[in-house]
Amino acid sequence: MNNAPTIRDAVQARLAKRHRAEMRFQFYGLAAISAAVLFLAVLLGSIIIQSIPAFTAHRLVLDVEIRPEIADPRGDGSEASLRRGSYNTLIQNSLRDQFPEAGSVGELRELFGLYSAVNAARLLNEVVNNPEVLGETLPFSLPISDDADLYLKGLTTDEEFLPGAAPLTLEPGMDDALTLRSQTGAPVFDVFLDLVQARQDAALDQARIRAERTAARAAEELDTDTRNSLEAEAQRARDLVQALQEARSDTGPVRLNSQTASLMLRAQGGVLRINALARDGLSAEGTWLVGPDTASQTAQDWSLWVIETPSIARRITDRQIVWARTLKERGLIKNGLNTTLFTNADSREPELAGVAGALAGSILTMVITMLLAVPIGVGAAIYLEEFAPKNRLTDFIEVNINNLAAVPSIVFGLLGLAVFINLFGFPRSAPLVGGMVLALMTLPTVIISARAALKAVPPSIREAALGVGASRTQAVFHHVLPLAMPGILTGSIIGLAQALGETAPLLMIGMVAFIADPPTLGLSGFTEPATVMPVQIYIWSSSAERAFEARTAAAILALLTLLVSFNAVAIYLRRRFERRW
Amino acid sequence: MTLDFPIDNPPTRYHPLTTQLPIKVATEDVSVRYGGKLALEDVTLEIPDRAVTACIGPSGCGKSTFLRCVNRMNDTIDTARVSGSIRIDSEEVNGRDVDPVVLRARVGMVFQKPNPFPKSIYENVAYGPRIHGLAETKAELDHIVETSLIKAGLWAEVADRLHHPGTSLSGGQQQRLVIARAIAVNPEVILMDEPCSALDPIATARIEELIDEMRENYSLIIVTHSMAQAARVSQMTAFFHLGKLVEYGPTEEIFTNPLDQRTQDYITGRFG
Repeated sequence: MNNAPTIRDAVQARLAKRHRAEMRFQFYGLAAISAAVLFLAVLLGSIIIQSIPAFTAHRLVLDVEIRPEIADPRGDGSEASLRRGSYNTLIQNSLRDQFPEAGSVGELRELFGLYSAVNAARLLNEVVNNPEVLGETLPFSLPISDDADLYLKGLTTDEEFLPGAAPLTLEPGMDDALTLRSQTGAPVFDVFLDLVQARQDAALDQARIRAERTAARAAEELDTDTRNSLEAEAQRARDLVQALQEARSDTGPVRLNSQTASLMLRAQGGVLRINALARDGLSAEGTWLVGPDTASQTAQDWSLWVIETPSIARRITDRQIVWARTLKERGLIKNGLNTTLFTNADSREPELAGVAGALAGSILTMVITMLLAVPIGVGAAIYLEEFAPKNRLTDFIEVNINNLAAVPSIVFGLLGLAVFINLFGFPRSAPLVGGMVLALMTLPTVIISARAALKAVPPSIREAALGVGASRTQAVFHHVLPLAMPGILTGSIIGLAQALGETAPLLMIGMVAFIADPPTLGLSGFTEPATVMPVQIYIWSSSAERAFEARTAAAILALLTLLVSFNAVAIYLRRRFERRW
Repeated sequence: MTLDFPIDNPPTRYHPLTTQLPIKVATEDVSVRYGGKLALEDVTLEIPDRAVTACIGPSGCGKSTFLRCVNRMNDTIDTARVSGSIRIDSEEVNGRDVDPVVLRARVGMVFQKPNPFPKSIYENVAYGPRIHGLAETKAELDHIVETSLIKAGLWAEVADRLHHPGTSLSGGQQQRLVIARAIAVNPEVILMDEPCSALDPIATARIEELIDEMRENYSLIIVTHSMAQAARVSQMTAFFHLGKLVEYGPTEEIFTNPLDQRTQDYITGRFG
C-alpha cells in the first residue's frame, strides 16, 4: 500500500512528457502530409494554369478560290497534275484579297507569316480527293501561326485602347505618310507622349546607373584586360546616356521605332501606324496599315491603340498584329478547341504540333513492355517463391534481382542498344525495342512485388489445398495466385507506370527523336520509328518557340492523365480480385 | 542431438490393446528432424480403424509433427527430414513410388484454424472431387457436395446458400465446412490438428459430436490440448513429451491408470 501512491506519482510525473511527445509526433506527421499536399497542389496548379492556352487555338477560315490554272497546271484534271499545283499560292491569294494594301515583298512575307505553308498540303489532299471543286471557292480552315495565336490570347503584349479626344484632319504628306492634326487645337496625343516620356526617363536613369557602376568596377579592377573591357562598357553606357539625353531635350517630333511601344490609330475603318508625334501633342505622322473605307479627310470617331511591348521584344510585327486583329474582327479568325494537339504528331510549327504520335508510341511501347514484363516477372516470382529450393544459387539470384531494381535505367538502354539493335538487328527508334528495354527495366519491380504478394498469402491456404490432395502447381494456380493477384497487379502497374515515364533508356535506342508521322496503331507500328510521351515533353520543353511552353504543360497533363488512369485501372482490378478470408 | 531430451529417457510404455478393431495406420521408429533439430524420435504405434486416436502432450512435444507425417505434409517444409516407416493398410507412406497427391486423397486433414478457400461453400467442397476427377457429371458432383455436407452436419445450415462465400460462415461452421471438404474426396484416414482450439464451447461440442459420428466410417487421429476433449471423443490416446511417445493405449487406461509418471503429472495438470 505504501508503494501505490509513489508509482502513481512517478507515472503522473512522466505523463505530461509522454503526452507532449505524442502530440509532437502527430504534429510532425500532419506537417509532413500538409507540406506534401501543398507541393502537389502547387505543382498541379502551375501545370494546369500553364497548359490552359494550349487547349484553345485560333483558326483562320479563308474562302479559297481554287483557280484551275494554279491548282491544275497541265489542265487535264489528272491526279498527277493536281499534285503539281501550287496550293500555297491559292491560300496566299485569298489572304491578299483581305489586305490589298500589302504590296512590297517584305510586307507580303509578313502577311504570309500569319500561317504555316505546311497547311497547303491539306488543301492539296482536299482537292485531289474531290477534283470537282476546281474553279470553285472553298472555305478552308487552317491554324494561324503560334505567334499570332499567342498575341490573340493576350500573351504577347499588353494593349490599351484610348478614345480620341477631338476630331482629326488627315492630310496626305510625303510618300504614303499622312499628317494627322487635331481640329480643335486641343492636344490629342498627349496621353501617349506622357507614356513615352516616362519610359525615356526610366531608360535614362537605368543607363546612368549602369555607367556609374561599370566605371566604379573598372577603377577597382586590377587585371588589365578585364579593366579595359569594363572601361569600354562604361563608355558605351555613357554614350547611351548622352544619346538619351539628347533625345529628351530634342524639340523635334518624337520618333517611334522598334524600341518604343507601338502606337496605332484606328479611324475610318482602317488602321494607321503612328511614326512620329509632335511634342505639343497636336499632330502626328502615320501610314495606313489597313486601308480606310472612305477617302474623307476628317475623322470624327477614332481611337488610339497602344501596343506596350516594343516590336524588337516580340516575335510578331506591328503589321501582323494589326492584320490578326482585323481578321478576327472580320470574323475570319475564330478561337476554338485545339484539336490539333490531340490529332497531330510532332511538328516544328507549334500550331501544328500534337501529342498523338507520342501517345501512340507510348501505347505501343507499353504493350510490348506489358506482354514481356508481366508474364515473365510473375512466372519468375512464382517459381522462386513457390517451387525453387532454398539454396545458395536461389539466394544469389534473389540478391541479383534486388540489385537489378537499383540499376540506373540508362544502363538498360545501353544493353538494349548493344544486344537488341546491334546483335539482333532490330530496328532502332522502334516501340518493339523500346518496349523490350523498358521490360528489362520493369522486370525486377514486377518480380519483387509479385513475390511479396505471393508471400502475403497465408500458408493455411496452401496447406488446405495440399491437404485435399492438390499438387503444388494446382495449389499455386488454383488458390495462391488468385489471392496474390491484387498485389501482383498493383506491383506490375506501378512498374509499368514507371516505365511509361522513363526517358533515359530510350535515349540510347534512338527513341528520343523528332518524329513527325505517328506510328500506326497496329502490328506494323511496333517496328516504325516512334517516340514516347516523356520524350515529347522533353523535346518541347527545350524548343525555342514560346507556344511550346503551354504545349509542354499540356503534354505533361496528358501524361499525368494516362498515369492516373493506369492507377485507376490498378485500383479497379485490385477491388475486383480482392477476396477476404 | 539428443541433448534436448532427458538423459534418463525410459522407453515408450504400451498398454495392452483392448479393441478388436483392425489396424489402419502403423508406424515404426518414425523420427523427424527440422534442419539439425530432432523434433520427433522413434515413434512406434498402431492406430486402429474406425476409432478416434487422440494425441496429447505439452506444446512442442511433436504431436503435430507426428500427425503431419501421416499425410506427408512435412514434405512441404524444406528442412524437414522424416525417417522410419509409416504404413497405411500395410502400404508404405514414405515409399519413393508413393505420390503425396494420391496419399493426401486417402488421408484428409483438418487444421487448427478453419481455412476454407475464399470461394463459395459449394466450390470449397467440390474442389477436391474435381481435381481428383471423382465426379463425371454436374449431378454427381452436386451429390458428392450434398452428402459431404450432410456428413459434416452442415447441410441444414447452408443448403440454401451454397454459393455464398465459405468465409462468410461462423468459425464453427467453417470448421465443419473444412471437414466436409476433407470428407468429399472419400478419405480413409482423417487427421485433425487441434480442430477446436479456435472455436467457442458450443461450436466445440458440435465438432466433437461430429467426430464421434465420423468414427463409424473413418480412422481419425486428432491432436488436442484439451485433456477433457481427448477423454470425451477418443478411444485411444498417445501421450507425447519432448519429441518422444511416452505412453500409448486405450484412453480409459491412460486417464485412469497411467504407467508413466510424466503421463500422470500431465493429465493431473502438474505440468504442460
